[in-house]
This record gives sequence, structure tokens and C-alpha cells, in this order.
Amino acid sequence: MSLAEFGIVFLRALMVFGLLLVATIVNIWAERKILADMQARIGPNRAGPFGILQTVADGLKLFFKESITPRKVELGMYMLAPFLAVIPAFLIFMMVPFGRPFTIGGNEVALVGADLNIGLLFVLAMSSMAVYAVVLAGWSSGSKYPLLGGVRATAQAISYEAAMGLAMVAVVVYSATQGDGGTLSLVEIVERQNGTWAGFIPRWNLFPQVAAFVIFLLAIIAETNRAPFDLVEAEQELVGGFHTEYSGMRFAMFFLAEYINIFSMSAIAATLFLGGWSGPTFEDSVPAFISAILPTVWFLLKTYAIVFIFFWLRATLPRLRYDQLMTLGWKGLIPAAVVWLIVSTISMGFRQFGAPWG
Amino acid sequence: MGVLAEFLKGLAVTGKTMIRTIFGDGLVTTQYPKEKRQKPQRFHGRHVLNRYPDGMEKCIGCELCAGVCPAKCIYVRGEDNDPDNPTSPGERYGYVYEINMLRCIFCGLCVEACPTEAITMTTLFEFSTTSRNDAIYTRETLLMDEKGNVPHMFPEDPLIEPKELLTADGWVRATAPAGMAAYEGVQMWQRTAGPADWSPEPSQDEIDATTGKSEDGDG
Repeated sequence: MSLAEFGIVFLRALMVFGLLLVATIVNIWAERKILADMQARIGPNRAGPFGILQTVADGLKLFFKESITPRKVELGMYMLAPFLAVIPAFLIFMMVPFGRPFTIGGNEVALVGADLNIGLLFVLAMSSMAVYAVVLAGWSSGSKYPLLGGVRATAQAISYEAAMGLAMVAVVVYSATQGDGGTLSLVEIVERQNGTWAGFIPRWNLFPQVAAFVIFLLAIIAETNRAPFDLVEAEQELVGGFHTEYSGMRFAMFFLAEYINIFSMSAIAATLFLGGWSGPTFEDSVPAFISAILPTVWFLLKTYAIVFIFFWLRATLPRLRYDQLMTLGWKGLIPAAVVWLIVSTISMGFRQFGAPWG
Repeated sequence: MGVLAEFLKGLAVTGKTMIRTIFGDGLVTTQYPKEKRQKPQRFHGRHVLNRYPDGMEKCIGCELCAGVCPAKCIYVRGEDNDPDNPTSPGERYGYVYEINMLRCIFCGLCVEACPTEAITMTTLFEFSTTSRNDAIYTRETLLMDEKGNVPHMFPEDPLIEPKELLTADGWVRATAPAGMAAYEGVQMWQRTAGPADWSPEPSQDEIDATTGKSEDGDG
């Protein structure tokens, strides 16, 4: 590997890291502002213009606070859990292409952390890994409420990951009919959504796979433990859930992981269903640097549209009861995902190969 | 499908509220230290010891307020007036007057009990302190000065609007007959020093017209 190649890999990783950190700062602020607006309040408005530095202030505060270690914790696991939460959160986003590749000094820089050919599998694997952090944090805290939170997290993640995976499969099968063979690479899936139908409808997977989109959206909300599926950290029942015994920077890391997960899961939803960075770049009418940046702008707009749905649901819906959560998962989403997968696959088969009786 | 309809209805409510908050007048909160709401007429704020317009203290040291206080937070000790230079028009005056604001429940019974309307309640409510001793208001902190200004422990505090210290006329009696037809237009209260010149009792309709809402609203 030459120095330039190494530099580009480093640059890509750095871009992902920076993007996620900035996105988290913006996300937390945006969530608080949007919730405030929906509740007819003002929200944070003291730190910086419109309170946008509120997250920075909160982060600094947590950073300088004491990280208390309660007496009954299993020390190793207790220390490990926050890192186990943050690392998969960062890794998930590594798979997501967030802009069109550009060229520096003859080297092409792909705007993606890493283009694995098993990208989607990696995403599923890492989102499962994130559950370990919650379970370990809950168990190693040596306290009842975190333990309950951790146990709930396990059940919830298992229930909803199945639906999420099945919704992804439907997209993968559909995407295989759009190009040369099947692919699990997110970069490839985005490229297959470029272009339009009939000149104006974008070729997003959303339109042929709308049911899969709804299932996926519900599943990622449950997967990231957000309201109305936030039983893992239900304040009224479990104090803070799995992070009750954490404080200072360790608590901040769980918080960071949660918001990175929201962003990266929204990014994956945007990539799978809304065409990722694809969109008009107006290459003829605007300067070159704008048309180079526009794909990233489209990507961020689509991602934030989905992040906004997260916030909107949180402001609107009360938390589900535990049995309602399980009912929705096992009796609602998973059967729906299976049926949708079968129906969409058969119809694609008809289109691809013709009717078997024809 | 009923669930889905309800779900969409809920989303519409929050969505509409958001748009109203951003682009309209949906906001229900105020920027408290910067802008203050007008407090209700009978707001039970901190107490003030009044003076007559000639500067005499109204308190006669009878200790009725201390006796009626359900929280037992008032301590009064009367003393005979100096005949040549009396502090109050009566025989005695409140030599020591202390209210422990940490124990006070702001029920206003002291105001009811007072035979001379010496103690009344203002609309001031910002009296947090950093020391328990500071929460015991003494005669010096309670008694209005000759011009009728209400003393305050921390008049320089950014939360305190100097104007508010001049309004010792927040509330007089829980049984203030506002709205009772028999008392309309009648000047009910004795004059005090300073701007607290009680206007005649307004009728309930007038009160509703000026505040724009009914009395029992929280302002």
C-alpha cells in the first residue's frame, strides 16, 4: 500500500468519524429543539446562536464529571460496555456511502468508510453487537434496574432484528433485479437507484418496496431503543435502564452511541430506500464544486428526514407496554415482512422470467 | 385500522403544534428572567410591613399574626412607644418582627389577622438565598421605607426588577370583596406610604376586562 492510498483510507475514516461527531452534536440539539417546538416550548437557547452549542456544553460537563464506579459492579465488563456501545455505532456508518466519489491528485476518494461486498451483513452484525453493550452494562452494574433494562434490550433486539433483516432482504432481492446480479454492498445498492422512471420519478427502492420501508422504519426505531419502543431505558419504571449506574464520560458514551445509532440507522434507511446520495447535480448549470457537494447534501437531507420521523414519533406516541411491543414485533412486523418478501420476490420473478405457465 | 387513524391524528397534533410554535404564536413559555408575566392580583408573595403616609409604622406589636400563623414562622415582640417620638400611632410597636420564609406557607392568615393592615403581601417571589439565616426576614427586611419602597435582600439581583419593589400593593386580604356588588367603588383600605394607594374595589367585570381572563386563571 502506497502512502497516498494509506492517506486516503485514513482520510475516509476521519471523515466518517468527524461527520458522526458533528451529526451527533446537531442531532441532540435538533431533537431538543424539535421536541420543544412540538410541545410549544422554546428549548435550549442559551449556548451559542439558537442554543446550538448546548450539546458541546453538556458534553464538556459530562467529560469533567467524576465517573463513579459503584461497589457491586463487575469491573471489567462495566468498563468495557460503553466502548462496546460506541465502536459498533461508528462501524455501522462505515458502510454507508455519503457522497459521490471525487478525485484528488489522480487518486479516487470514495466517500464511504469502507466498501465491503458484504456491507449489509456487516451492518446487521454490528447492530447486533450493540445489544451486547446494553446487556453487559445492565448485568455488570450489579443493580436491579439496569439488569431489567438489559434483559428487555435482549428480547427487544431479537424480536425486531428479524423484521429488520427480512425488510432488508426484500430490498436486496429487488436490487438484484435492477443490475447485474445480487449485491449486499451499500455503494452498489445506491448506484442502482440512480436515474428516474418516466423522467421525473426517482428510481428509489421506496416506491416498489414501500411495505418493506415501513417495516424497516419501525424496526430501526425499536433497534435503537427510541420512543415509543424505549422500554430499555423507561424512566418511569427503570430509572435510567441499563445506564443507571453510569456517570460522567461513560454515561456520555452510551448517549453518544444512541445518537450515532439513530443517525447511522437513518442513513441506512435513506441508502436502502431513498436512493442514498443519488439526486440531481445540475452539472451543466452550476459550478463544479457545487455539483460535487450536492450528492452529500441530498444524502444528509434524506437522512435528516428520517431522523425527523424519529423525533416526531417520540414527541407524539406514549411508550408501548411490554406485551404490546412483543405483539407488534412477532405478530405484526415479522409476519408482514415474511409475506411482503414472498409477494415481492414472486412478482419480481414473474417480471424477470415470465409466468411459469406462460 | 382505527389504531392507524389515531396514530396519524396524534402526529398531526404534534406537527401542527410545531408549525404554530415556529411560525406563529403557539409558544406558551416566556423567557423568564428577561420578560416577566403580570402576576395575578391576589398573588401571595413575600410580606411587607406597611407605614402610614406620614411615615408611622402600622404595626402595633399585637402578635395576632404570630398567633394565627399555622406554620409558626412569625416571631413578634412588641415594645412601648416612646411618648415623645412614637414609632406607631398606638401604645406599642413591633420591636422585633421576624418571618422565617423557609417555614412560611404563604397562606396569608397573618394578613387576615392583622387589625391595622400592617402586614400585607406583595407579588415578589424571588427570594432564594444561599444561607438559611438569610431566609429569616427581620424587621429591617420587611418594613417599607418612608417613601414606600419595599426593601429587598438583594436589590441588585438580575432577577429583581426595581419597579417591582415599588409595588407593595399586591394583595391585601384573601377575603377581599372584589366582585361583590356591595363593595363596588368603595375605597376599602387605608392609605400607606409610597405608591400603594388602594384604588376603590373594582367589580368582577372590570377585573375580567383588565386581565382579559377570569380571576381564577393562573394568569
